[in-house]
Amino acid sequence: MKLDFEHRQSAHCESGVTSSLLRKDSGGKITEPLAFGIGAGLFYVYVPLIKINNGPAIAFRTFPGLIFKRTCNALGIPVIRKKFSSRESAEKYLQERLDEGHPVGCQVGVYYLSYFPREYRFHFNAHNLIVYGKEDDNYLISDPVMETTTSLTSYELERVRFAKGALAPKGQLYYPKDTGEITDEQIRKAIISGIKNNVNQMLRIPGNFAGVRGIKYTGEKIKKWRDKLGLQKAGLYLAQLVRMQEEIGTGGGGFRYIYAAFLQEAYAYLQKEELLEISKKFTAAGDLWRTAAVQAAGIYKGRIGSQKDFDQMGDYLIEISVLEKEAFTALKSIKWQ
Amino acid sequence: MPQDISALGKITKEVCYATDSSGKYVTELSSGWDVKINALDVAWEDIAKRTEIAKQKVINKEASPLLFFMEYRLMDISILSDYSGYWKWQIKRHMKPEVFNRLSDKRLQKYADAFNVQVEDLKTMTVHEA
Repeated sequence: MKLDFEHRQSAHCESGVTSSLLRKDSGGKITEPLAFGIGAGLFYVYVPLIKINNGPAIAFRTFPGLIFKRTCNALGIPVIRKKFSSRESAEKYLQERLDEGHPVGCQVGVYYLSYFPREYRFHFNAHNLIVYGKEDDNYLISDPVMETTTSLTSYELERVRFAKGALAPKGQLYYPKDTGEITDEQIRKAIISGIKNNVNQMLRIPGNFAGVRGIKYTGEKIKKWRDKLGLQKAGLYLAQLVRMQEEIGTGGGGFRYIYAAFLQEAYAYLQKEELLEISKKFTAAGDLWRTAAVQAAGIYKGRIGSQKDFDQMGDYLIEISVLEKEAFTALKSIKWQ
Repeated sequence: MPQDISALGKITKEVCYATDSSGKYVTELSSGWDVKINALDVAWEDIAKRTEIAKQKVINKEASPLLFFMEYRLMDISILSDYSGYWKWQIKRHMKPEVFNRLSDKRLQKYADAFNVQVEDLKTMTVHEA
């Protein structure tokens, strides 16, 4: 059994899945950047007390699950989301949705995801894919980061749906209820709500670890890494920062380019000139994140590594923090009448 | 748009967002970027090093093969606890060679499943994957 479903590759898994699951009702209008922006996907957080893969816990995007939830909420679309305690009921529920004709989004772990190259398999449990059918024992999979569709045996799918560790998916699946056609008016409202959400998330979140202040905080920490961690471990930490920023799923520049693309698409719906100007600021932020990544690579490849090089690296982040603060403040002051 | 060949580039190209000559955003396919390929290499070199150190510790009887497989499978005690069903304090005990050697095959099977290996390979620290 194979549902009528068109695979489309995207940069980021969750916004890609969101865009694909809403394709039918939106007539393809909810593109990946729109899903990412309406879902207020752009974020920054560095949690110094937690270690992931023996390195720093850094994220450039909002918490897993929120993009789909916020996008559907902002568009007024009811969402079905379920977790399971038993593997049997998790598969049965999936099978029933497919029988009803619903493609289903699944949260999975990538460590045992068989079609991923081994180099990319870490214990990362917030990957998203769509199941759109089953043939014999094979589930048909549309993984947004892959160029083409793929498949997993029922055992392989069960294994990744019940991956263990941080953010364990517990068989989690989700899909939007059919609502009929999504109008431009709905999209306009959703865009404004998404921008407001993202402004709050980056400017008003309390504490020093997250939002634009979190970027500055990281910059200041990095300047101390050389003395505190030693050159080798500091290099590992910087490599982890760059992976979170540039690795598959980000669209490049720590999701800043996707967000800039979102603001251009938002302009097409709302005709506010400011959106185009602010979009350029996010492009500049993405570029500066990439410049910082080149500096970091110099350090972890051992080409450079003096304290001055670490200071420069830290200063890049402090500069980015200022730039993004300006950009979000400008978004905040747009008058939506 | 950088087109350096990454591990993933051999399997799939990835979507990136970039501006065209008029400043409008478009998606483009990239097969990778040196800066991040190196970042990934650095991470795996570190894993290889940790795994090698763990292997030596097992050979010197300072640790049981659990330590080796944990490093090999990128697991910490908490992930292994979730996969195997053992408590963390039990795992810490089982990491001592003298305790590990007394475990029955039935109990070892849970670890073997968690690491996706055979019990015999678990005991002998054997891996079959490249």
